[in-house]
Amino acid sequence: MMFLGIDIGASAAKAVLLGADRQVLASASGNSGVNFALAADGLRARCLAAAGPGAAAAYTVSTGYGRRNVSFADDTRTEISCHARGAHFHYPRACTVVDIGSQDNKIIRVDGAGKPVSFKMNRNCAAGTGAFLEEIAPRLSLPLGELDGLARKAREELELGSFCTVFTKTEILARIAGGARLEDIVRGVFGSIIKRIVEMDTLEGDIVMTGGVIAHNPYLGEMLQKKLAGKLFVPPAPQFAGALGAALFALELAAAGKK
Amino acid sequence: MDKRKEFTSTAAMKKVMAAYFHELDEAARTGSRKIAWCTSVGPAELLRALGFLVYFPENHGAMLGATRLAKDCIPLANAAGYSPDICSYLTSDIGACLKGETPLSRAYPGIKSPPKPDVLVYNTNQCRDVQDWFAWYARKFKVPLLGVLTQRGVGEVTSTHIDSVAAQIAALVPELEKIAGRKLEPAKLKETVGLSLECSRLWRQVLETAAHVPSPLTFFDATIQMGPAVVLRGTEAAVTYYKTFLAELRTRIKDGVWAVEGEKYRLYWEGMPVWGKLRDLSDFFAGLKTCVAASTYCNSWIFEDLDPEDPFRSMARAYTGLFIVRSEEKKEEYIGEMVKKFGIDGLLFHDSKTCPNNSNSRYGMPERLQKELGLGTVTIFGDLNDLRCYSEEQSKTKIEAFIEQLEK
Repeated sequence: MMFLGIDIGASAAKAVLLGADRQVLASASGNSGVNFALAADGLRARCLAAAGPGAAAAYTVSTGYGRRNVSFADDTRTEISCHARGAHFHYPRACTVVDIGSQDNKIIRVDGAGKPVSFKMNRNCAAGTGAFLEEIAPRLSLPLGELDGLARKAREELELGSFCTVFTKTEILARIAGGARLEDIVRGVFGSIIKRIVEMDTLEGDIVMTGGVIAHNPYLGEMLQKKLAGKLFVPPAPQFAGALGAALFALELAAAGKK
Repeated sequence: MDKRKEFTSTAAMKKVMAAYFHELDEAARTGSRKIAWCTSVGPAELLRALGFLVYFPENHGAMLGATRLAKDCIPLANAAGYSPDICSYLTSDIGACLKGETPLSRAYPGIKSPPKPDVLVYNTNQCRDVQDWFAWYARKFKVPLLGVLTQRGVGEVTSTHIDSVAAQIAALVPELEKIAGRKLEPAKLKETVGLSLECSRLWRQVLETAAHVPSPLTFFDATIQMGPAVVLRGTEAAVTYYKTFLAELRTRIKDGVWAVEGEKYRLYWEGMPVWGKLRDLSDFFAGLKTCVAASTYCNSWIFEDLDPEDPFRSMARAYTGLFIVRSEEKKEEYIGEMVKKFGIDGLLFHDSKTCPNNSNSRYGMPERLQKELGLGTVTIFGDLNDLRCYSEEQSKTKIEAFIEQLEK
């Protein structure tokens, strides 16, 4: 028996295929694009192909912004519940999940059973999310993949103070005009993401970071750790935490006979 | 898709509301009666007792929101110097006036505009914006602007508060008598306050039918049904309507007809409605088998402190004792009582961008109540009228995640 979790996020789509023993059999990712149903079909096909001939999902749960567009899903769960479940899979204890996604940041307090007990999301503003980096990188003429390496090479503390992505870009212009080093500016941008996170909620106990932004920019985790009293963990393949959580829900719902 | 179940009484409500607006319109066109504009929790009883027909711009604001005409009106007020950060009832309504637009024309054929006022009377018990809003019309129509300045953040309502507000209401009388062209008859005031009290009691009983589990009524139904309690309190018409509506709700309970089919969860809505998304949110919650059973907003038109034997002081007490006027401690106490009375599973806070006084999530209240009541809370970010401030997808994901959190 196999169980599929599909996470159609604002930017990236991810899928995880689990076996009955909760072993990850396959995973796949791609752009969510403009046709969520098509993205989901493609990911399912890739996961099943990777699992071998005759593979089929007994139960599928979809999550993310496009969760309702996955026609073959048996059920849906929000990304809040799925990231909580995915993080708990790797760290099976009460913890606080910090998910930095493309459009949303989430801080989810999770109990010992992997269930959210409270959560907060960013306000109606994408500053501090992945979309923020996607906006800033082209202004610095940088591919997204180079940000992490550059931030690590920063020498000076450079603070960007604005709440707003557009105004941050203006601030960056001023820094460029003032002759600031690119590496310092990039770390300043990372610092601004960290500020948005720590002002969303009090971060207590073990912190687990999930989502695509930490997957591609692990230095952010190191920067956040310095602000925390507790210990920060990043699971393997953090961008798949939501899809993994959805697959775990699929397994549980199938076991509970919800089909 | 689960849908809102309609009430048969609604047809009677529509008639009552139509008669109210047509009477105002006729008076404005012919000059047959004097018209007072009043804030929604202002001294409407005094105005009616003096023979004024009373019009409530906030009701017009809500109609602009519900019909989504607000989106085309707000920018006009913004351009005229009224910030997008201030009350979007104000900006919708002033914008509508600048545009020559009113939802009244569509709802009540024959009405071309809101009725021109002879006087404007506000009470700052809810916010300062009402004062600025009415001042704009006072300048435009060159009519008197009168008001009551109420203390805010009130803990216990003391005689100091009552003395101040009662004296201010009494001080309105000579001015209003001049405009009305008649003297205030104490018997008429007593009768009006009595009718307003009766309306309040019936409205409370209407809302309290939702304490039944499952509930025959949701917050979304109540926001529609509250029309007469807002614009016609102090009249027989409102009393008659709520007797009819209450009977229908009691019949629903007797017959086992519930607002949300298969109700599993019960929430409390703290804050303003998102007027342009009422039906959408109502259906969304129904799909989640969740009844929004009670709200601060709909409860705000219960004025049971009114006393026909002591009209001025009791009006002062009723209008100062309201939730919006009170301290954080009193508000939290009140929500705690509602949670018990209505069997609430979780609290939803609507942080309404342009309505700070109705957004109680900004000073740590959800966090405190979460601890005190042991209940989950969720805050959605939106607005009463300005849908530019409402992220639908994010709000719905939050609500859905909150319901998943409540699942056993």
